[in-house]
Amino acid sequence: MARNNEIPEVNAGSMADIAFLLLIFFLVTATIQTDMGLNRKLPSKEPTPPILVNERNILRIVLNKNDQLMVESEIMGIDELRATAISFLDNGGAAQRAQEPCNYCKGTNDPASSDNPSRAIISLSSDREATYGTYVMVQNELTAAYNTLRNREAQRLFHQDFVEMERQYFDPQTDKAAKKKLMENILAIRELFPMQLSEAETKQIQ
Amino acid sequence: MAKFAKKKDGDLPAVSTASLPDIVFMLLFFFMTVTTMKDSSLLVENTLPNATEIKKLEKKDRVIYIYVGKPTQEYQKVFGTEPKIQLNDKFANVDEVGSYILAERAKKPQELQNVLTTALKVDKNANMGLIADIKQQLREVNALKVNYTTYEGNAFNNLQ
Repeated sequence: MARNNEIPEVNAGSMADIAFLLLIFFLVTATIQTDMGLNRKLPSKEPTPPILVNERNILRIVLNKNDQLMVESEIMGIDELRATAISFLDNGGAAQRAQEPCNYCKGTNDPASSDNPSRAIISLSSDREATYGTYVMVQNELTAAYNTLRNREAQRLFHQDFVEMERQYFDPQTDKAAKKKLMENILAIRELFPMQLSEAETKQIQ
Repeated sequence: MAKFAKKKDGDLPAVSTASLPDIVFMLLFFFMTVTTMKDSSLLVENTLPNATEIKKLEKKDRVIYIYVGKPTQEYQKVFGTEPKIQLNDKFANVDEVGSYILAERAKKPQELQNVLTTALKVDKNANMGLIADIKQQLREVNALKVNYTTYEGNAFNNLQ
């Protein structure tokens, strides 16, 4: 009687099949995450007392049902919007009036445009028939305008891009002390160019 | 002579497949880590618009999703081609958005209920009227943080 004391090896040939099965299961049920986007804060429902704002401090943007853009009563291509918004925000026209001058603005000091970035409001109204793609594009260009100006100031004050500072702040690997410092800097920059984007309720524009 | 006769066989030795499971497991783990589970199947067309100035939406447990777009081919016979809202796994009207947000918020743990973000996954061909109505509903229930979910890419591609 031949006795084999060794334990016979388990056949691993079907292991590949099992693993393939699992792999295919995960491929089918999973999606690659695409969660990126533009963050916005909606205004509160509580009625706020109307604030009197000088017309020169408002940049009026209207998007009509044919996805055409009108900025301050003039038709404009979306590719020009960013530059227009930058020159509006960065104007610093208060220098002409010697009240609340904007000492970091590099604009043209046009007295007919915004006084100070902290007072400049961009008003965006869109028609109900306008497409969402165009709306996101407009929002993207406006965000880009703010980011450009904020980057410029962040480079001047902290030698770092504002966008990069925000990315580091939200990065979970940044430690607490660094985060605190970053938040201070971010708030300082936001103070210089606060994002004041007012969206009137959409209406049918005649 | 017999010693060499075997070599005349000409057969290639079989390639060892012993490492095949390892390779497949490696692929499996790769997919398990980079992907997330689909939580609801899409009933609407959902080609998101492109944007460049975007931020990542961290922490999936703090996000409530709203899908908007025109119904996919198979539902078009029943629901038409006008853009519709999808909440969880079914179509909904605008006035249901508020109660949906409240219900979803109630499901989250207490400490997260104030930091929730609403992600609007809207097809780029949807019209703004519907979005405005949704935003109005969100304001009613005080869900003020929204994220217009987009792909990363040149925003000017949205025009086509």
